[in-house]
Amino acid sequence: MKIYGVAILAVCFLIGQIMGHFLGKAFQLAGNLGGVGFAMLILVISNDYFKRKNLLQPETENGILFWTSMYIPVVVAMSATQNVKAALSGGWVAIIVAIVATAACYSLIPVLNKFANKNAKNI
Amino acid sequence: MSDLIKLLEKNGLVFAFLVVGVIMYGSYYISKKITKSRIPGAAIAISFGLVIAYFGGDNGIASIPAFSGMAILGGSMLRDFSIVSTALGASFTEIKKTGWIGLLSLIIGTVVAFLMGGSIAYVMGYQDAKSVATIGAGACTFIVGPVTGSALGASSDVIAISIAIGVIKSIIVTISTAFLAKPLGINNPQTAMIFGGLVGSTSGVSAGLAATDPKLVPYGALTATFHTAMGCLLCPSVLYYFVYQILS
Repeated sequence: MKIYGVAILAVCFLIGQIMGHFLGKAFQLAGNLGGVGFAMLILVISNDYFKRKNLLQPETENGILFWTSMYIPVVVAMSATQNVKAALSGGWVAIIVAIVATAACYSLIPVLNKFANKNAKNI
Repeated sequence: MSDLIKLLEKNGLVFAFLVVGVIMYGSYYISKKITKSRIPGAAIAISFGLVIAYFGGDNGIASIPAFSGMAILGGSMLRDFSIVSTALGASFTEIKKTGWIGLLSLIIGTVVAFLMGGSIAYVMGYQDAKSVATIGAGACTFIVGPVTGSALGASSDVIAISIAIGVIKSIIVTISTAFLAKPLGINNPQTAMIFGGLVGSTSGVSAGLAATDPKLVPYGALTATFHTAMGCLLCPSVLYYFVYQILS
């Protein structure tokens, strides 16, 4: 049943939230530190485990995949509910950060590639 | 008329499904027919979301009663829930195949984007740790920004900026990849994986590689998928803590 998949997703999500919450408390910072990231890791690990043991029925998986397909629509709704009027004053920040950060990542591609090739030869 | 608005308000979430469905249809149509898939439909749809938010108030379009359901659909709970579900497409067995270089490119890509974004934000006047971290996270992908921002309690306008950064980045990546592939040497699976890990932005990487060489798409998309997970893990935790220590 699809709800099994949704329930598995819910367990991963809640464990991640709990971990993020307590990590925030441990460092005396308000907020949830990395809860979504932890939840994603837990889902990846349990998915690998289920696949190896052949435990995940396609129907169960469909329950999770439904939410995967809802992710862009949800992000669209999220974008539509932000305070864009106030953000416009920072429009230049957005454009400059996007260009500089992307360019920086691009420029590292040949560097990492060379590094990988060099080490491959050494091995 | 007021009866209709009351009805839409009462059934807010369902009406939001309809509104977003229409936006998605229009955006993917424009992407395919007008931009010839050069700009991903997802990027157009999210930009469109930001544009209509302008016509609302503090809560974007949800400030208008009839559209209040958009705040439920786009609220942090459903957003984080659907983002976590995308991890199903990533598998450790697959990432192991890319080896340590895949992991290295993921970490470097996240940290470099975060530091670049955060420093520019600081220079341009966003000087509290939460805003710096949120804008830095936005330089990873349009997901990592809002996830970090709402986890830390950043303000809505800063979150909107972080979404915009991610969207602009995905558009830059989509358009420029085909032109830059040759000078950067993106012509084999290994470089495609490094590219995906460094740059992130799954939609941009997939569309860009498709325009370069369709055979490379799965390699780039593989590491790019992990980029969002890595960003959601590192930005609101280790990297925020780092920023917090420096600025306080």
